[in-house]
Amino acid sequence: MLKTILRRTGKFAAIAAAGLVMSAQAAEPIKIGSFLSVTGPASFLGDPELKTLEMYVEKINEEGGVLGRQLELIHYDDVGNASNARNFASRLIRSDRVDIIVGGSTTGATMAAVPLVEQAKVPFISLAGAVVITTPVKEWVFKTPQSDRMAAERILADMKDRGITKIGLISGTGGFGSSGRTQTLEVAEQMGIEVLADVTYSGSDTDMTAQLTNIRNTDGVEAVLNFGFGQGPAIVTRNYAQLGMELPFYQSHGVASDSFLELAGDAAEGLRLPASPLLVPDSLPDDDPQKKVVQDYKAEYEARWDSKVSTFGAYAYDGLMLAVQAIEAAGSTDKEAVREALENIQGYVGVTGVFNMSPEDHNGLDADSFRILEVQNGEWKLIN
Amino acid sequence: MLNRFMQMRLRDLVILAVILFALPLFLNNPFHYDLATQMAIIAATVVGLNLLVGFAGQISLGHAGFFGLGAYFTGIMTSNYGWSSVPALVVGAILVGIVAWIVGRPILRLKGHYLSMATLAVGFIIAIILNNERALTGGPDGMPVPAFNVFGWELSPFGSYNLLGMELNGSEAWYLFAAVVLLVAVWLAQNLIDSPIGRALRSVHGSEVAARVVGVDTARYKSLVFVVSAIYASAMGSLYAHFQGFITPAVAGFDFSILFITMVVLGGMGSTMGVILGAVVLKLLPQVLADFQELETVMFGAILMLTMIFMPKGLLPTIQMAVGKRMKKKAGGQA
Repeated sequence: MLKTILRRTGKFAAIAAAGLVMSAQAAEPIKIGSFLSVTGPASFLGDPELKTLEMYVEKINEEGGVLGRQLELIHYDDVGNASNARNFASRLIRSDRVDIIVGGSTTGATMAAVPLVEQAKVPFISLAGAVVITTPVKEWVFKTPQSDRMAAERILADMKDRGITKIGLISGTGGFGSSGRTQTLEVAEQMGIEVLADVTYSGSDTDMTAQLTNIRNTDGVEAVLNFGFGQGPAIVTRNYAQLGMELPFYQSHGVASDSFLELAGDAAEGLRLPASPLLVPDSLPDDDPQKKVVQDYKAEYEARWDSKVSTFGAYAYDGLMLAVQAIEAAGSTDKEAVREALENIQGYVGVTGVFNMSPEDHNGLDADSFRILEVQNGEWKLIN
Repeated sequence: MLNRFMQMRLRDLVILAVILFALPLFLNNPFHYDLATQMAIIAATVVGLNLLVGFAGQISLGHAGFFGLGAYFTGIMTSNYGWSSVPALVVGAILVGIVAWIVGRPILRLKGHYLSMATLAVGFIIAIILNNERALTGGPDGMPVPAFNVFGWELSPFGSYNLLGMELNGSEAWYLFAAVVLLVAVWLAQNLIDSPIGRALRSVHGSEVAARVVGVDTARYKSLVFVVSAIYASAMGSLYAHFQGFITPAVAGFDFSILFITMVVLGGMGSTMGVILGAVVLKLLPQVLADFQELETVMFGAILMLTMIFMPKGLLPTIQMAVGKRMKKKAGGQA
């Protein structure tokens, strides 16, 4: 018995030693760690994100890598579960010893990893939306998507331009919807817009007629805003049309995708939402600095994966490119230097927007990076 | 001497202690300690659940609800109201015990599928409350939890400590702490099992009618063990929250409940060491399989299925039986 154990231990030791030798021989690649929700309920985020990362890491390596070193992508699937995300972040930092982390598809997954990242002092670029990730600023945490607060600002500003000051709000109770609701209420108060009706639905509801009727019966409502994710907003949109509601209708950036148009069908006609320029690459004006980046990303992604490009993948594109740019600017993978370089990136033109980072702003985008789109004849139309 | 040791009542506890304290020899980075700490905390929860499932023969599909309640009570009290960790853990556990008693009395009258449905519903309700009470719990995006602290002394996974002249980093300190907690949890469970209560519970498992006939107050014992297992879950939830530093309502969710039950069934119902093994295996598998990526879920499912088909009694009892048989054969051969 003891003999067998000893023999086994010996074997393990041999394997471990072999592993060590091999890793010493290879020309030290730059390790980019990632934990994404590739499967599970948030897979629509994680899947395009992973595809984007894989594809551009390959592309960068073919072009000679960064600082003459190859990139190595180490990624794990957190299945949309925050404790898994934390474990994988721990594994990336302590076991794989990555140089930088680009990942975290959902706010929960990101926030679960934040305490670890802050302690271990590893630069971390999150791909999740909520405003809490970078407000207050956390030294080592950055993010590429605009926050839900910006979406609220952009929507309410567009409403104000149309002379709307009293709105009805309907939101999902999931993470995205409820955080969006909180931000909308705050921003509305600052901008002097009254939220007369405030109703919610849960992710598994299949009919929101009751909530919408409630809004319709509220006196003085001039427009309706829906903050939500997944299929809920599509149902809200269809119910909205079925009820024959004529008020201007807004959706959030959470549904800014072509699949939403398919789900909602004709009912979506006339609704507006803030979105990434990625949905309308060809209607951007020629002097728009993002036009080329957006067109290239769309073309490359669709050629490589033979599936439609999504805004979520674009967050990963920007995250990876920011990481690469920071490592180049720092001239090494020294974590503090990379962090500082990230913090000082100015005028990086990405797919999501133009990033201007600063020590006070670890997101670097402003509300104008959202474009307001309207659905006309079943297609997205750029309004401004 | 060896024989006498093998028959000792606390034999399992001694073996477990040896394994737990020898394990650091094989762990070589903080990530491993991290994982081992979580395993110990989860294992202690499952040891509590096993009292209900393995010994009393009742099923709970909502146990993560109690785990989550404990975690959130600790999180809310320590971060918003400045409570110290121990009172938060104790008060949380008492409250959860009361909740379990209140819901346990009526639902433990149910049997079979109805009982599982009722416990399932309890878990769901708790998860929904945690999800929707955004002002208190931070909603689906979760909330941060401060480090474990007693009278100003903090146990943080990122600190550094000195134990009897040994330099320990935070992960190692947490591991030792969790190991001791697991030992205490197992010791308490073993004592309960070997007490008159434990015998009563096993009689309920064997046949509830027969137990009632010989004068066992089955309703009382069933709710008692339900409460005990809920308290285990709550206390471990509190520790888990402190250790993780961040919790989301997923800790109270259905998936987590199922994971707990699977650990019990896979490891071996009614075997305390077995369920600990179950917890270790199920916690380790996702990390081991992570390298297979797309195939991960498929392999996970396949392993569970194969185990259940070929080892219906669970991992440890099956292994013990196999070893027992071989030893007997050997002994027979020599004679």
